[in-house]
Amino acid sequence: MINADAHAILDRRSKLFLIILAVITAWVVFANAVIPESSQFHVSNGSVVLYGKYLTYALLALSIDLIWGYCGILSLGHGAFFALGGYAMGMYLMRQIGTRGVYGHPVLPDFMVFLNWRELPWAWVGFDWFIYAAIMVFLVPGLLAFVFGWFAFRSRVTGVYLSIITQAMTYALLLAFFRNDMGFGGNNGLTDFKDILGFSVQASGTRLTLFTLSALALAACFVLCRIMVASTYGKILVAIRDAESRTRFLGYRVEHHKLLVFTVSAMMAGLAGALYVPQVGIINPSEFSPANSIEAVIWVAVGGRGTLIGAVVGALSVNAMKTAFTTGVLAPYWLFVLGAIFILVTLALPKGIMGLVDRLMAAWKARTRPVAPPQPETGA
Amino acid sequence: MTRADPNQVTPSILYLDGIEVSFDGYRALRGLSLTLDKGELRAIIGPNGAGKTTMMDIVTGKTRPDRGTALFAGSVDLTKLDESEIAELGIGRKFQKPTVFESQSVADNVLLALSGPRGPWSALFGLRSRVDVDRIDAVLAKVRLLEMRDSLAGALSHGQKQWLEIAMLLAQNPKLLLVDEPVAGMTDAETETTAALLREINAEHTIVVVEHDMDFVRMLGCRVTCLHEGAVLAEGALDAVSADPRVIEVYLGR
Repeated sequence: MINADAHAILDRRSKLFLIILAVITAWVVFANAVIPESSQFHVSNGSVVLYGKYLTYALLALSIDLIWGYCGILSLGHGAFFALGGYAMGMYLMRQIGTRGVYGHPVLPDFMVFLNWRELPWAWVGFDWFIYAAIMVFLVPGLLAFVFGWFAFRSRVTGVYLSIITQAMTYALLLAFFRNDMGFGGNNGLTDFKDILGFSVQASGTRLTLFTLSALALAACFVLCRIMVASTYGKILVAIRDAESRTRFLGYRVEHHKLLVFTVSAMMAGLAGALYVPQVGIINPSEFSPANSIEAVIWVAVGGRGTLIGAVVGALSVNAMKTAFTTGVLAPYWLFVLGAIFILVTLALPKGIMGLVDRLMAAWKARTRPVAPPQPETGA
Repeated sequence: MTRADPNQVTPSILYLDGIEVSFDGYRALRGLSLTLDKGELRAIIGPNGAGKTTMMDIVTGKTRPDRGTALFAGSVDLTKLDESEIAELGIGRKFQKPTVFESQSVADNVLLALSGPRGPWSALFGLRSRVDVDRIDAVLAKVRLLEMRDSLAGALSHGQKQWLEIAMLLAQNPKLLLVDEPVAGMTDAETETTAALLREINAEHTIVVVEHDMDFVRMLGCRVTCLHEGAVLAEGALDAVSADPRVIEVYLGR
């Protein structure tokens, strides 16, 4: 039994969000599969992949907002969990290539043949099975987050210091995965995937399915986040965010609460990475780069921290802008634009897009109902 | 641990002996010794830097003493425990600066403080009961904040925040309450209410109050301990302590 009532978990705004997400997903599926290519309403296979990628970014942003927005843990290394989930999925996809590699080796993937390796490294054992890979997608990021969080939270590393060590963590992983002897493909990473569960990754049906799964994963994780933040547990998280030592004096083991939310969040990021890799067709160490993690934090800040929906809105809108900018003549200026957006949001919209929505709605309500009936103060 | 405990070395609920603490060479407590009986209401006075807040930090596990003994309920060594373990033992603390969870409602603030399991699983999967709501309302009624239960704690006045903190202390149902400067920044009327409130709470709980406001200490009508330079200077009834020439010299004086 969950310690929150259904109305609190799925409030009006959450329901609206899930409905919009469902409508958009259904529309993309319809416009890709049913509407003929000649029509201007047709959504191309390329766009389906792009939107699917956006949705996995949105899930990464959601996972960051859960810990940052509600518990004040600013992770600048969440891309690491995303990349680890991606590698777990990438390893499964590599094993599915089988003998169809360039070298046609009966067991080893191409890059291992190239390195003159004789046998499969231990870390790869089991990745022939989808179920095993699927478990690893959650287990590896979850375990890293658990061990990392155990030491960091027990030693009461907070605020900017925690942000710095999360950054160091993802950077260390970046360097490690660049090395060929790690056995994960070095700087080329894992690519040339052929099929997933027997379906070609290039087929439009597979792409549409992956896109739909990304949307479903986002919706499911959103509901999970709502359950966490709407329960008493969420109140404890906010208490830790606002006054950590006060919470400790009330008898709460702050480190246990942080550890749980951090681990859950890392698993969500891992899931996002696992959905990302088959859609973009490659995973390499650059996914660990600190800049990626920082960019994901900016999505959350732009959308509105501590609102969950804002994280999704921020990830989608910033990435849509990124696509618009990096495909045209303005490409060299994208990072300036991103920086400008961040500064603008910090100065003008401290609560992000969702904060702006709140303000506009309040203004609209005030205008449509000029003479408000006297109401008891609710303090909302 | 409440009943006949074979390890019990003192009948006092709080027993401090020879506590010494230094911060970067500054000796904040220099052999502080203090005992508190169960059910007592005690006021601690003393000039700034006398070690009043440091003493509370020792008792609640925020600071570890360099030397000395700190026992709770006669047998529990407080110097070996951390903040949340001490809070679970039944020692509640109200800070000098009111610290409430400003972005949450008054009722939720009390809910978070309610005695009960403190783990993440129970917070996620435990059942919220009607009893909890009743307990929250009972505590809020006691501190006269019932009609504010759904307001954000951040919207309360300074005095109301102090009361909310006291309500949170009560919700913890501690055996010992440490209350740091509860009437700082309060109006005279609020100060009187607070004194009445603390006396009322004292019927069931042992309380230590640190306070500068001598009128307020008089309203409490309890034993007084005056600290000076990290040690006890005088102890007894307020009239006796305030008549003590050394207390007048260092604290009341001039």
